[in-house]
Amino acid sequence: MMDKKTATIDSRPQTMNRPSSIVHRPSFVKATLAIVQKDLSAEFRSFELISAMLVFSLLVIIIFNFALELDIKVRESVTSGVLWTTFAFAGTLGLNRSMSVEKDRGCMDGLLLAPVDRSVIYFGKAISNLIFMLIVEVIVLPVYSMLYNVNLFRLDLLGVILLGSIGYAAVGTLLSTMSAQTRTREVLLPILLFPVAMPVLLASVKACNGLLTGAEFSEVLTPLNLLIVYDVIFIAIAFMVFDFVVEE
Amino acid sequence: MQNKPVLLTILDAASIIVLGIATYLALVFAPTEAVMGQVQRVFYFHIGTAWVGLLGFVIAAVAGVAYLITKDSRWDRFEVAAVEVSTVFFFITIVLGSIWARPAWNTWWTWDPRLTTAAITELIYIAYFMLRKGIEDPEKRARFGAVYTLLGGISAPITFMVIRLFRTIHPIVIGSANANQEKMSMTGDMKIAFFFGLFAFTVIFIDLIWHRIRLGSLEEKVEQLKLKVSM
Repeated sequence: MMDKKTATIDSRPQTMNRPSSIVHRPSFVKATLAIVQKDLSAEFRSFELISAMLVFSLLVIIIFNFALELDIKVRESVTSGVLWTTFAFAGTLGLNRSMSVEKDRGCMDGLLLAPVDRSVIYFGKAISNLIFMLIVEVIVLPVYSMLYNVNLFRLDLLGVILLGSIGYAAVGTLLSTMSAQTRTREVLLPILLFPVAMPVLLASVKACNGLLTGAEFSEVLTPLNLLIVYDVIFIAIAFMVFDFVVEE
Repeated sequence: MQNKPVLLTILDAASIIVLGIATYLALVFAPTEAVMGQVQRVFYFHIGTAWVGLLGFVIAAVAGVAYLITKDSRWDRFEVAAVEVSTVFFFITIVLGSIWARPAWNTWWTWDPRLTTAAITELIYIAYFMLRKGIEDPEKRARFGAVYTLLGGISAPITFMVIRLFRTIHPIVIGSANANQEKMSMTGDMKIAFFFGLFAFTVIFIDLIWHRIRLGSLEEKVEQLKLKVSM
């Protein structure tokens, strides 16, 4: 009687017949995408994070406009610096928020209880952090182009910005997971993140600057290579040590 | 309470003696450098402290990895000791470098790759202490500390490589070229002072780390006793 009932209700009899010690594990990619989707749908319902990052970015650009007197001459040499400072600050804002939300409402415990590898959580969070950063950047770039009459919406530039953002989000996600568990929390993240992420920021500034001033490609290639090296190394390290950071 | 090991007492005495000899070699024995004059004597201590500073950061990263693998709190104490002693030595390096730079380059500071990397490295390890201070659970503190020293230890050399790119747009090539020339043109007596300086600071470094590790285990004991009393 019972068997019949279960069989009719549950459409996945194979899963049911498994011994109870085997837990159904979703594939790595599927689980990662599920976390990304969770973050994105939560964000697109409220736009809390993206709107905050965006408004903050615009404010930073306005401050730079007056602080550096961004006239045509100065602009050419500092544009990439201004952009990356803006992205770095806005990125910290987003990283802090996206982790403290998990921590405050106990969602992190839920994620950790899920029958998936811990690195899935890392990649899920890192990818959604990256997407938030990219959305902000994709909006800031044309706005900056309009305000200062330079064309920043170029494919090569976007490529460099993508690489830089990957490195920044990779280290940032790991460190924000750490800083969210400390007493000083939000205050600590930029202090931990900026010195470690320095190579990403500097190489990105250097590469963007090269592209904007029309330097030869060989000159842009070295910072670009370092950027790729950094991205690969730090994604690998974060992947390896994330377990230690969320262990209870 | 553990008694102080005899070897440590000997090492204490040895540290004081080698520091004295190194000072003598640097200030009196070594010949005065032809171009820069007396101020060049700061070089012997500058290199000595920089060497142990960097050595300590590498040791800390290795100890961090060892901690993550073994979860043995002795590795954590070793790591803290290495970072703490090295941060101080590295700060001394920067200060001595500034003292040297003022007459040699006519400025206290220049954004040369070495100097910039040194400043960023120092900031990484200051952040390390802030991170540790913010965590109460000793086990978690050790874990996070280990992860951060590992990140810092890998990021610092890449920072150096990246900053070197920036110098190409600034044609001021002071620093690296100068230091190399100096090493090339060291006379025999200078070499003695130089290598003895390295040796002396290594001895002092080991001595201080040993003391710091002992202090660390005492701290842990106090923490445990406090827990016992409160229960």
